[in-house]
Amino acid sequence: MNKNMTETSADQNEKPAGDKDVKRRTLLKAMAGIPVAGLFGIGIWEKQKYDFGKRDSIIKELGLDSVELPSGYGSDKGVPKDLIRVGFIGFGTRGNQLAKALGFMHPDDVKTSSERRTLENWLQQEYLNVAVTGICDVFDLHAEKGLEMAQNTIRPGGGDAPRLPVKRYRTYQDMLADKEIDAVIIATPDHHHARIATDAAKAGKHVYCEKSVSLLESELNELYATVKSSGIVFQLGHQIPQSVVFRQAKEIVKKGILGKITLIETTSNRNTSEGAWIRHLDANGKLKPGDEKSIDWKQWLGNTPYVPFDIERYYNWTKWFAYDTGLIGQLFTHEFDAVNQLLRIGIPKTVVSSGGNYFWKDNREMADMLHCVFEYPDKELTLMYSGSLSSSRNRGRVFMGHDGSMELGNNVTIMADQNSTRYKKAIESGLINPSVPMISFNPASGQVDAVTSASEKYYAERGLTTTTINGKQVDVVHLHLREWLNCIRENGTPSANIDMAFEEGITCLMAHRSYVEKRMVQWDEVNRKIV
Amino acid sequence: MKKSSYTHLQLFFLMTLRFMIGWHLLYEGFAKLLNPQWSSSGFLKESQWILSGFANWIVSDPAVLNVVDFLNTWGLIAIGLGLILGLFFRVASAAGALLLLIYYLNCPPLIGIEYSLPTDGNYLVIDKTLIEAVTLCVLALFPTSRILGLDAILFRNRKNK
Repeated sequence: MNKNMTETSADQNEKPAGDKDVKRRTLLKAMAGIPVAGLFGIGIWEKQKYDFGKRDSIIKELGLDSVELPSGYGSDKGVPKDLIRVGFIGFGTRGNQLAKALGFMHPDDVKTSSERRTLENWLQQEYLNVAVTGICDVFDLHAEKGLEMAQNTIRPGGGDAPRLPVKRYRTYQDMLADKEIDAVIIATPDHHHARIATDAAKAGKHVYCEKSVSLLESELNELYATVKSSGIVFQLGHQIPQSVVFRQAKEIVKKGILGKITLIETTSNRNTSEGAWIRHLDANGKLKPGDEKSIDWKQWLGNTPYVPFDIERYYNWTKWFAYDTGLIGQLFTHEFDAVNQLLRIGIPKTVVSSGGNYFWKDNREMADMLHCVFEYPDKELTLMYSGSLSSSRNRGRVFMGHDGSMELGNNVTIMADQNSTRYKKAIESGLINPSVPMISFNPASGQVDAVTSASEKYYAERGLTTTTINGKQVDVVHLHLREWLNCIRENGTPSANIDMAFEEGITCLMAHRSYVEKRMVQWDEVNRKIV
Repeated sequence: MKKSSYTHLQLFFLMTLRFMIGWHLLYEGFAKLLNPQWSSSGFLKESQWILSGFANWIVSDPAVLNVVDFLNTWGLIAIGLGLILGLFFRVASAAGALLLLIYYLNCPPLIGIEYSLPTDGNYLVIDKTLIEAVTLCVLALFPTSRILGLDAILFRNRKNK
């Protein structure tokens, strides 16, 4: 009915056609929305001017107008020269992940990845011109999986990638003796790391070694000396500093935006049996495969005290002191690396650790609750670590300075301190609001965002294991391996090099000793030893 | 010359409503256009009701997500302009109502469904998005664009042909 009414009225308007006045009136009335659209245009322009003006003045205030942002992934460099032949020593869960980051996936995983629609993204990962030519694992099942993985042709680089034969080695010594291997990736349980890495360096093989680097001070010293004199490229397995946001955070800290940093708080919380290193059962609660026939137990034990074959020990080795340092070796290592890459704090003067086994009441030696305080009197700062295996509350990683604090996760958010000396005027004038993030980095945009909204901050706090480069999702482990390979080709020094590894190794050993010996542990700078 | 069949007051408020909703949707579109980081993925990940499967499908495929982002941004701009200028008004308001209904169905404030993103008010079943969608339906049934809008020229010319 209404439709009819309006149409009638429109018709009636038309009837006196020929009358120019009426035509003009109709025309004018038809333009009724134009002024509103004009007002809207002005509104948008004003808003943009305000937003950009505010952003620019904050960026200028902070001296961030000249921040260099990293780039150069998947650039026009083309396929890297010189094929590198890589051998895996240890091919369990971590080995599998590293292979994927290197550009190799087991056919079964290709299938799952395809179902999850992640395959396409993975196939776009940069081709690194590597061939996996050797697999060494004490467990037959893992070794066979590794061989199948290395031979799979569905991978970045696809058909053009060279197909070299893959060999299984019974011992890592056999692999190191083989001239057909250029570099090794060590992904064994932690008690083998230092010894295998040292032997690899002696054999002239480049080394990518998973953390933690060493469980014994003597082994760490030997590894350090060997790598230093060998000329091989050593990279410790970390990935946090490879994310684009981390590099941006580094620029921020360099610019002194936070003022004097005196406290760094790092944390790791997990609350699952898997996270508490109970891994001998599969998803259905059944015992995972493996027995004395298929696992070379003697080799698995290495230099650790003899114990009879124990499938639980095989899968859950992190629970025992002989094979690991628990929260320190598995989780704090990443935290320390992130902090050390950012501030290069090095080895602490003293460490005090405290904690206990409060939740996972099984046969473990390792603490499931641990807190460590690292003092750096020379640098005038404290590093704190707190880890729990019985709460999954996210506590973040925060750098606290006099003028501001920075939370560094998968994104960076920087808040001005309400009592900052440097930002006093800006806070008073309202330019900077200390209760909302002053700066955040959004890796997707590749630019500095000053003044972020609450929802943006919210997303920033959500977890990601990838970083975004030129709009592409990239696995950070892939970037870490890529850096190692580039250094091998160009004779460079990777970020998690042997000096960094040594500092981290010593710091972790100090924290572990403090927990085990229930005392404050010190670093003797002159004699370079833990006392 | 006869006046339109609405009273002045009726016409005034119908026009005000038309301009306001048009303005809102146009700015929603522009805000997305001007923010290079904007993506609908954050919103779609929150989707929990009958459209959650559809939302997951969009988010899971970057190509689809890009198309949806593009259509959403330019759809909002086109609808907003249509409402303000009174151009293809019926189509614009119907499309606007449909789009808003899709937003609503993705994140309806029903009992038992909780969202991690904060809302700007308190809602039970009915929220502002749904009200805006219904309002657009009402506007479509009380059209003003052939009185005060470009449709007046458009549809007159058509008739003359």
